[in-house]
Amino acid sequence: MTTAQDPQTPPVLEIRGLVKSFGDAPVLRGIDLSIARHECVAVIGASGSGKSTLLKSVNLLEQVDDGQIFLQGEDITDPRVPVDATRARIGVVFQQFNRFPHLNVLDNVTLAARKVHGQSRGTATATALRWLERIGLADKVGDYPDRLSGGQQQRVAIVRAIASDPELLLLDEITSALDPQLVGEVLDLVADLKRAGSTILMTTHEMGFARRVADHVVFLSGGVIVEQGPPELVLGDPQEPETRAFLARVHPD
Amino acid sequence: MTQPSGTTVSAVERERRAYRRGRQRRSALVSAVSTVVVAVIVWLGVVNTPGWASVQKSFFDPHTAFTSFPAILLGLWLNVRVLFFASIGVAVFATFLAVIRTLRGAVFAPLRWLASGYTDLFRGLPVIIVLYLVGFGVPALGVFPRLPAEVWGTLALILTYSAYVSEVLRAGMEAVHPSQRLAARSLGLSHAQTLRLVVLPQGVRKVTPALVNDFVSMQKDVGLISILGAVDAVRSAQIDVATTYNFTPYVIAGLLFVVISLPLIRLTDWLEARQRRREQIGGTV
Repeated sequence: MTTAQDPQTPPVLEIRGLVKSFGDAPVLRGIDLSIARHECVAVIGASGSGKSTLLKSVNLLEQVDDGQIFLQGEDITDPRVPVDATRARIGVVFQQFNRFPHLNVLDNVTLAARKVHGQSRGTATATALRWLERIGLADKVGDYPDRLSGGQQQRVAIVRAIASDPELLLLDEITSALDPQLVGEVLDLVADLKRAGSTILMTTHEMGFARRVADHVVFLSGGVIVEQGPPELVLGDPQEPETRAFLARVHPD
Repeated sequence: MTQPSGTTVSAVERERRAYRRGRQRRSALVSAVSTVVVAVIVWLGVVNTPGWASVQKSFFDPHTAFTSFPAILLGLWLNVRVLFFASIGVAVFATFLAVIRTLRGAVFAPLRWLASGYTDLFRGLPVIIVLYLVGFGVPALGVFPRLPAEVWGTLALILTYSAYVSEVLRAGMEAVHPSQRLAARSLGLSHAQTLRLVVLPQGVRKVTPALVNDFVSMQKDVGLISILGAVDAVRSAQIDVATTYNFTPYVIAGLLFVVISLPLIRLTDWLEARQRRREQIGGTV
């Protein structure tokens, strides 16, 4: 959070008073959140609490109804800011992987680098191969994504998101569509990224993972932040009755 | 954007909305002005051609337009009726062909070959040849009772357009993800029920624009039945042209064809938009 931060450099992401409704149904009702460089923030909450909408708003996939979002101090909700250029600065990984089925693994990873960031095929391929080697999928570069396991597909999707070295990484329940035995390999990769210094905003249902990787946990309910703080406090010793009820439902033990 | 009732909006958001409204106004203005400018340039260009005066007299003569209108409109009614029956025929026959072409299994191989041979043949044949063959050839066999030309014309259109539409439908059905078939069969639906209740409805949605395309195209080709002697809008216009030596009736017939195609095009636009709203939530990029 902002506590240990140099006042000169703005936080990577700062959200102020974010409001978003679908029709008459309010989804986010005034969210304030700030993420410093190299920090990992996990958003937890029940389905429909607005977690995904929060992430979509940050990536400008939803137009917010009120409030502001600052990326490196720049208000990206300002309609004068170019949307595509902003999105190119943010990496996103979706729950359903959303890999391109018509492109092989290598092209999936290098598409944005070549078409958006203007890298040559050689440079983009070199970066992609380095990453794919690191996640142990170097032998799959020519394969089409549908032939990979869910865990492999999701790791390819993560590499696709980080290949262009984004300023912020958004992870939207990236393990929810995976078999339990495949969750581990994806979470290990995220933990690696966190250690390597990525700035991450993620939503997750994996409380153990949030506790292991996140610096800060935010509990969202009914479109507002009910409780937030270090994981050991929010997950280990929640103060709000609503947080306790939620955690009891997820971990009945 | 809508706001939940009772909330007030911040100054930042008000400014953003004002800016977006301004942008919208500006782009609306730019497109309106550029449309007018282009229209004026085209108009001036045409009007100042050396032959414009005589073209205007022989193609855009108000008096001929007025006198030929009733007959053409009457002829158009025949086109509409032919279109109605041809559409039903095409819908049934094309679906049948498409379903046959998607049948799997060696047993159905001859049927599949027959269906694909049919589509190959009738997509290749010019409509006008099919019209002649069906309209003049088939009655000449002497086994059918005397039928009006428009009946043979309708049949020829069904034969031709079913070949096109069946391919469009097949593409749509094959674009439905295999998991949908699995899910339907797992619920105990039969192969036929799966096709009818799950695959076809989704497939048709995917190819609606292409189907509308074929429909509008057929609507124009309905005018070709005039070559068999049916007195439709085009034929009526032709008769008028022959008596007045003025081409205005053709222009009138053409405009009427455009006019009857508009409601359907708008309707399908609206249906598609409604479907998108109903089946997707949240923003589209």
